[in-house]
Amino acid sequence: MTFEPKIVGFLCNWCSYTGADLAGTARIKYAPNIRSIRVMCSGRIEPTFIIKALYEGADGVLIAGCHPGDCHYQEGNYKALRRYRLLKRILPEYGVEPERVRLEWVAASEGERFANIVDEFTDQLRELGPLGIKDSLAEAMKDDIEPHKAQKEESDVANEA
Amino acid sequence: MKLKGGIYWGAGCGGCDVAVLDIHEKILDVAEKMDFLFWPLAMDFKYDNVRAMEDGEFDLVLYNGAIRNSENEEIAKLLRRKSKTMVALGACAHIGGLPSLANYHTKQSLFERVYSETESTDNPEGTVPLEMSTVDGNELELPRFYNTVKTLDQVVDVDYYLPGCPPVPQQIVNALTAVFNGELPPKGSIIGAGTKTLCDECPREKEEKEISEIRRPLNMIPDPEKCLLEQGLICLGPVTREGCGARCINSGVPCRGCYGPLEGVQDQGIRMISALASVIEPKEEKEIDAVLDGIVDPLRTFHRFSTAASILRRKKI
Repeated sequence: MTFEPKIVGFLCNWCSYTGADLAGTARIKYAPNIRSIRVMCSGRIEPTFIIKALYEGADGVLIAGCHPGDCHYQEGNYKALRRYRLLKRILPEYGVEPERVRLEWVAASEGERFANIVDEFTDQLRELGPLGIKDSLAEAMKDDIEPHKAQKEESDVANEA
Repeated sequence: MKLKGGIYWGAGCGGCDVAVLDIHEKILDVAEKMDFLFWPLAMDFKYDNVRAMEDGEFDLVLYNGAIRNSENEEIAKLLRRKSKTMVALGACAHIGGLPSLANYHTKQSLFERVYSETESTDNPEGTVPLEMSTVDGNELELPRFYNTVKTLDQVVDVDYYLPGCPPVPQQIVNALTAVFNGELPPKGSIIGAGTKTLCDECPREKEEKEISEIRRPLNMIPDPEKCLLEQGLICLGPVTREGCGARCINSGVPCRGCYGPLEGVQDQGIRMISALASVIEPKEEKEIDAVLDGIVDPLRTFHRFSTAASILRRKKI
């Protein structure tokens, strides 16, 4: 079975969610890998949401907001951009490829563009493969036990074999 | 009847133990109310003394330090069983503290660095500590060095948290007084700290924040009155719990976040990304990046004390 990435999308109410809606009403086909969450503004998307999504099993996160200058709340998308630029700097330190988090501007009229972004992002994540944060955490902690217990486990395994 | 108390250190520096002694003459009032039956830093007791006690015999155990190896975990579990009330004392037990910065490495890379690579290491035979060894026919066991540093509540049930690196002595006095008077808040509470951000108790003047350049304390003498963040210094005040009395701030040093996150915040360091990026001035990608270039090591700066308690907890392996 080929790997199908899970994408969590945070879409702003005024532009990008409407753009995604347009993609739907226009019956444009795009990858079913995205789970969209509507937020009032891209400036509402806290980096915590993104980190939590990655921890909970997302292979990638898409943030989409109004084009610069078009924010319904004047400045929200600039805040989103700055948080995104800073978040991208720390992801490699976690061993997470920064390409897994992506910010795009999608206007309400850009249904086609939204569909293309999702398709392209899905392909890109398929290349990168699963993120598997929880598996990695479990793997990193599985030997965190007392030495004599570890020895016992090893001998148990040997006995079974 | 006198209460029975114990203090133990896991992966810590002993600063929390000393903070308990820093309550000065009030330690005599404490000694009047409580006997210390176990306190390795101050007195000579053996683990077997604790093992011989009844379950729940300690009225109060203060555990400081993170869980770095199997001994830390074993004694944490033992003390949990033997105590009625267990308090995580200080940043390491509370949120991992400085030792948990090691979670951005692996056990293997740490051992390589410490036992062979450092500039001062002279170890041609590549000797590293062994968990099991035989000496004069006796088998000896050393505790296992863990891959991942944990907070106290990641290995045992914790009743209260007393944050800080180290906790302010007056807050320790307040907490001990609450124990003596039986006036403890609901289980799981943070004792000895406030509920708002450090900015709330910070005495500096605050105006509109717009940062166009990140600066470091080593390159400047900060204005004594103005908000440090407004001066371009990375101050974790907006994402850190109040309770320390703004000790560092009053000395012109930006907050590093030792009192941990506020109620409801899952990840103090990631929250700082949100707070800091909001007040950076430029709007163009290139200019934003130029400002961000001034932040040396953002991840470890924001997570200085809270890596073990953060959402991702460690570097992916």
